Amino acid sequence: MLRVIGKRLLLLVPTLVGLSLLLFLWVRALPGGPATALLGERATPEAVERINALYGFDRPLWEQYVTYMGRLLTGDFGVSIETGRPVLEEFARRFPATLELATFAILFAVLIGVPLGYLAAKHYGRAIDHGSVVLSLLGIVVPVFFLAFILKYLFAVQLGWFPPDGRQDPRIDATHFTGFWVLDGFLTGELDAAGDAFLHLVLPGIALGTIPLAIIVRITRASVLDVLGADYVRTARSKGILESTIRDRFVLRNAMLPVVTTIGLQVGLLISGAVLTETVFAFSGVGQFLASAIFSRDFPVLQGFILFIAVGYALINLVVDVSYSFIDPRVRVQ
Amino acid sequence: MSRPATRRRVIAALAGGTAAVVALVGCVQSDRDEPAAGGEGGDVDSTFVFAASADPASLDPAFASDGESFRVSRQIFEGLVGVEAGTADPAPLLAESWEQSDDGLSYTFQLQDGVTFHDGTDFDATAVCANFDRWYNFTGVAQAESMAYYYTSLFKGYADSPEDAVYDSCAVDDDLVATVTLAQPFAGFISALSLPAFAMQSPAALEEFGADDVGGTEEAPTLSEYANGHPVGTGPFQFEAWERGAQLELSAYGDYWGDQGQVQEIIFRVIDDPTARRQALEAGDIDGYDLVSPADASALEEDGYLIESRDPFTILYLGMNQQVPELQDPRVRQAITMAIDRDQLVSQTLPEGTEVANQFIPPSVAGYNDDITEYAYDPDAARALLADAGYPDGFTVQFNYPTNVSRPYMPNPEEIFTNLSAQLEEVGITVDPQPNAWSPDYLDRIQGGADHGLHLLGWTGDYNDTDNFLGVFFGSQSNEWGFDNQQLFDDLAAARAEPDLDAQIPLYEAINEEVATFAPGVPLAHPAPSLAFSERVESYPTSPVNDEVFNLIELSS
Repeated sequence: MLRVIGKRLLLLVPTLVGLSLLLFLWVRALPGGPATALLGERATPEAVERINALYGFDRPLWEQYVTYMGRLLTGDFGVSIETGRPVLEEFARRFPATLELATFAILFAVLIGVPLGYLAAKHYGRAIDHGSVVLSLLGIVVPVFFLAFILKYLFAVQLGWFPPDGRQDPRIDATHFTGFWVLDGFLTGELDAAGDAFLHLVLPGIALGTIPLAIIVRITRASVLDVLGADYVRTARSKGILESTIRDRFVLRNAMLPVVTTIGLQVGLLISGAVLTETVFAFSGVGQFLASAIFSRDFPVLQGFILFIAVGYALINLVVDVSYSFIDPRVRVQ
Repeated sequence: MSRPATRRRVIAALAGGTAAVVALVGCVQSDRDEPAAGGEGGDVDSTFVFAASADPASLDPAFASDGESFRVSRQIFEGLVGVEAGTADPAPLLAESWEQSDDGLSYTFQLQDGVTFHDGTDFDATAVCANFDRWYNFTGVAQAESMAYYYTSLFKGYADSPEDAVYDSCAVDDDLVATVTLAQPFAGFISALSLPAFAMQSPAALEEFGADDVGGTEEAPTLSEYANGHPVGTGPFQFEAWERGAQLELSAYGDYWGDQGQVQEIIFRVIDDPTARRQALEAGDIDGYDLVSPADASALEEDGYLIESRDPFTILYLGMNQQVPELQDPRVRQAITMAIDRDQLVSQTLPEGTEVANQFIPPSVAGYNDDITEYAYDPDAARALLADAGYPDGFTVQFNYPTNVSRPYMPNPEEIFTNLSAQLEEVGITVDPQPNAWSPDYLDRIQGGADHGLHLLGWTGDYNDTDNFLGVFFGSQSNEWGFDNQQLFDDLAAARAEPDLDAQIPLYEAINEEVATFAPGVPLAHPAPSLAFSERVESYPTSPVNDEVFNLIELSS
């Protein structure tokens, strides 16, 4: 098992080198540059030139890339042009927010998606099945930003049930130290702060979790349907084994393999969804910062953040692969 | 204090029904912090929450040039010179009065007595000179436009390049008297000192937190510890905390020398999306926000929110790129000017308080020409001029406009574009629409090359200085306008170099007339930017140059 993990991690190296080159070229191919964004509508060509020289953007591309890679190898991801803070620090500051939101979203998707998919399969062809199919179709076709906007308009602005944006009411005196504000509230005993931070997660979390939810419902339903028709389930039933045991031991466990793969893949989508959701809800995470970095052409932030996200995505999928062996012992043997 | 919104949220969470939330709800009800009831406020909630569109770039105003940095620094810092309420004219602030020497190069400032910085340091002549000498001695990266933008553009040279420098020296004459001597005349000196970039900062704090340690490498300047979290000024509010990307908190400074006012705590929340700002106001999460779009302003006003408009200190214009052959002909440019009904544009697309423009500076700026030659709206004359220029059937021209952006001088570029292109089509000019995202795509297209035709752009003045408008537009050859008019460049340089403010006025009046005849573009309007506030805000001290300090906000209970 360790060898497999080691091999996968080694494979990550060429992937990341290739990605860093693509990213490097992509951000420089965008029209305009950080100097134009920084100086606004009254930028003189001389001022643009001076700023480009200051950041080294006037040098040949290959030279810039060599400098960039050299720094990268020593763990130096550069400094944000917008904020003047190191890119790694900016990421570390915002990542917990996105992780907190993504965790909520994925829990929402799994906790509702798996049971709903199971029920739909169990009651194949009946109302609950049709309902879940229609719902999951809707979940897939509605764009994230639109859903985010509608949820916010309805439940925050019109009804006032949930806060419209941010991570916490700024009037609450809360101590933050882990970056996970709900967790912070529990650790410090400031339960009001934890509750408030949790309420701030609900709408963006639902907006972000809806597409994964829809996909999980569909995959679970299909997979459970498949397993329900299997010989060993029929055999188990004929032996008179308890229905709940059949569900947990025979059906769900076998049906979970494709679902777990799907969840792993969804995590990558969550990050791109977070860019939109966090912007709508002014949720100060990685996604929101990335969106503003695109408009300000903050090259170091774009390169660094996307690279970090790629590493995270690869690691999560590695974890998913490893988890197969726990769900299905046959994978371990292979 | 408990807010109804919170209660409703709690009910919602209950309805949601997870056990964890139910457990928490009790805590929300019982443990909720009561915001400190403050000072004169009595039963008024003295915490004022304002939505900013971004984090400040720096807490050290000397190294900032963006509006959000200045909004925060205006609460913390004060300059020698302030702005007369509601105008753009300089007024005494930390300096009670000043005198200019006969040669026009020395300014002696009599300072306000009894002023202290938030760290307890006395504000005196030594502190004044420490600040001037600090700016003058910036080196390396600190001099870049991305850092000391205003010092570089207004005072030109530094200690390591004294041949260009406008500043010469500062002398402590007495505890409360300081004399600043310039190396060359600078008519706008006093006005310029009202910019937050030249606010007085505590010399002790600047030193302690290494304000001039603009760290990092040449290619990656990093902010100092001071600029990241230790700004110390003399203003009514002192710095408390800054959670980047989320919020920045200030609290009232107990020993403030002026009027402390009702607001005891300011929270700037970062909400970068304009729709999200409006929704946050409607949901009761914030007390106010800036740059309300005209459509939102009328809807919010109907719902009982307070809408405040600033006196316009802006100019919105339709630029014409003379690299486009058709636009090289002055008759064509005049025809375009006469094809546009500016009154209709203003009444249909721009916010209340907007004034129609006939020149490139707002009326409150020195050198505004009341007798300027106007090319009034006359579509028939425009068609005739076009025919005269050899385009009896009109022509097709690229029209560039930005999308998804709201500038103080251009709250809704898409609507302005639609209105103008319909008017141009009336006289036979066919418009080829070219929308681009504002930053940096659009800016780069207009400023970085020749690939643009008619375009929308404008400017909001920093302070009362004519060159800050006309000089930046027409002072030298540029990609934006694509013309080479040496006469105009020379006239602007001469006006800028004139040390006497009174003598400058006729020069600028003449330049405004010269520009009107040359018609490089159509000055359209002076839009009035507006702010929106919750019902509990009674009044807000609007300023054409954004000199708005929150101790003057009036709140009701």
